[in-house]
Amino acid sequence: MMSATPLSWYLLLSFAIFSIGLLGLLIRRNLVVMLMAMELMLNGANLALVAYARFRGDEAGQVMAFFVMALAAAEAAIGLALVLAIYKHFKTLDVDRISRLNG
Amino acid sequence: MEPKLFAAIPVIILLPAIGGKRWGDRFAAVVTNAAVFSSFGVSLYAWWYLRNDVEGMVYLYKLYPFLKTDLLNIGLDFRFDRLSAVMCLVVTGVSSLIHLYSTGYMKGDRSYARFFSHLNMFVFFMLLLVLGANLVVMFAGWEGVGLSSYLLIGFWYEDMEKAVAGKKAFVVNRIGDFGFLLGMLMLLMYNHGSVDFFALERFANSGMPPVANELNMTVICLLLFLGAVGKSAQIPLYVWLPDAMAGPTPVSALIHAATMVTAGVYMVARLSFLFVHAPIAMAVVAGVGATTALFAATIGLAQTDIKKVLAYSTVSLFGYMFLAVGAGAFASGMFHLTTHAFFKACLFLGAGSVIHALHHQQDIRRMGGLARKMPVTHITFLISTLAIAGIPPLSGFFSKDEILTSAFLASTPFPTAFKVFWAFGAAGAFLTAFYMMRLYWLTFRGTPRDAHAHEHAHESPWSMGTALVLLAAAATVAGVLGLPGEGHLFSKWLAPVVGKYTLEPHHASHLLHWALIGLSVAIGAAGLIAGWLIYRSGPDGVAARIAASTGPMYRLVAGKYFIDELYGLIVVRPLKAVAAFSYKVVDKIFIDLLGVNVPAWAVKGIGVLPRMFHDGNLRTYMLAVVVGVLCLWVVL
Repeated sequence: MMSATPLSWYLLLSFAIFSIGLLGLLIRRNLVVMLMAMELMLNGANLALVAYARFRGDEAGQVMAFFVMALAAAEAAIGLALVLAIYKHFKTLDVDRISRLNG
Repeated sequence: MEPKLFAAIPVIILLPAIGGKRWGDRFAAVVTNAAVFSSFGVSLYAWWYLRNDVEGMVYLYKLYPFLKTDLLNIGLDFRFDRLSAVMCLVVTGVSSLIHLYSTGYMKGDRSYARFFSHLNMFVFFMLLLVLGANLVVMFAGWEGVGLSSYLLIGFWYEDMEKAVAGKKAFVVNRIGDFGFLLGMLMLLMYNHGSVDFFALERFANSGMPPVANELNMTVICLLLFLGAVGKSAQIPLYVWLPDAMAGPTPVSALIHAATMVTAGVYMVARLSFLFVHAPIAMAVVAGVGATTALFAATIGLAQTDIKKVLAYSTVSLFGYMFLAVGAGAFASGMFHLTTHAFFKACLFLGAGSVIHALHHQQDIRRMGGLARKMPVTHITFLISTLAIAGIPPLSGFFSKDEILTSAFLASTPFPTAFKVFWAFGAAGAFLTAFYMMRLYWLTFRGTPRDAHAHEHAHESPWSMGTALVLLAAAATVAGVLGLPGEGHLFSKWLAPVVGKYTLEPHHASHLLHWALIGLSVAIGAAGLIAGWLIYRSGPDGVAARIAASTGPMYRLVAGKYFIDELYGLIVVRPLKAVAAFSYKVVDKIFIDLLGVNVPAWAVKGIGVLPRMFHDGNLRTYMLAVVVGVLCLWVVL
């Protein structure tokens, strides 16, 4: 049951989601929003993986997507815990103000 | 004679090693006292065993081969023979009484347990020194007692002056210890890496080349004697002992009168077999001793601190002991050491009792009239005063008279010099009697010069009284051990150890002997009477007029000949200048500036550019990653 939608559309959508995530990561200063942006990037990549898998008939891409999801879940858990700890320590989530590594 | 193994020796030494500075007061006092008393008990047992054994028996206990190589053979060995037995009994016996006394004297001190643990550490090291079977073990004890002495002089370390006195004692002793160490190393070199007393004695008697070379022996003996000079406070290193009086009085009595300072005399007696091969060194020993005996006695005349008078008296009396061993009369030196331990410990403890009663008043000009208030202290102090002045039949008479006789009749290549030393000793004996009478009279007799302090004075508790009475009793009867002539039990006892090396004095007629004895008594009595005549009216009467009429000389003596100031000028100031140079130029400029700061600045300067990339902003790093990935993508 091959769909009529060509592969390039999927890839374009995937690229758009990834880019929104990347830009969010670069531009936003709130750590929580940055985490969400990172989530977008992961899902953009996932979409590309699944699309390729579908079009090439290779199930390896699907499996990879599942791994990425599991990884994303772990990342969210640890990342949010870190954000919480950072907030407790610095009383802010603004990354521009959390710049201890400033040489 | 083959030495026997004797397992009681380490027990004697290790018992006093018990102590703890965080213990409760009562527990610390009970345990440390029990430890030292038991050590005395075991020493008595060992002594009794030795007494009933074959004459000249030596008990050895080889604990552990400390260093065993091709070049060195040194064991952690202990040796209990007739000489160390005497020292062992004196050390543990006097320490037992002083421990007992301290339970009363130190009552209420904040660091009661610390005091007893340090005191016990001292006894441990002293026994190590006395019982060591070779010079290395002896040296370990030698350094250990120095450390304990430092800790106890500066016991009240919050007081800067006392802390400084402790440091002075330590530093001055280091000079002597250095001599000891060099002498020991020379012996190690000549004697194939062994400094065991048996091996050394064989070596000294072998007549082999290094021994036959008198210069070598003289150098070795003088280096070792330098150690003795430091430890036993002789000219020129005596300056630490008077300052050491900053420590608690039981410490002054135990360490700085009865035991530690005897180490030098003991060492010379122990190494008598070396010293007899170096007549020049012997003459130096005797000369330093005689000079110190007279010199310190003159300083003692004008001191006003009760403990300082006794300190200079100690320095002076150790001079007599060195005069004796220098004249080759080793047993006489040891005998005086023993009697001195009794009466000087008693005097110090009596002084401590007075200081205790007067709430830390030490100035004899503020005392007077204490005889009725403190009967026990008074009587024991009087007995010891008479003993030290050499009044028969008290112990000091026998020992001091013997020393002067042996100096007068010494068989030596330098008879004239020894006659001069004898004259020094005799003059010193007069001064000793004089300043002791002055001390006694100003403290206990006459009218009280500080009514308030006198009002509150009280006799000390039983623990202090007991120690005083027992020591005074020992000071009274110890003379029996050294009756002149055939009845001299003490020199008979020591004969197997030092007898072979004792230089037989010139034969003298009975008449001369009796004349010398009579002269000693007359000198002592004259000193006492002169002291009484001048000081019976207190410090302000005749005494003050004499002091005024001899103006500059009196000031010279009262200022201790300004030796401390002289040392300050010729030793301390140059050292401080060198230290200042090292600090300001070497340390500040070369090391701090050129060695550390300039390279640091250079590295920091180079780092300015790369630092700009590290602004600590997460988004900047992120951008760098993205740009990097894009670059890679483009390139690939």
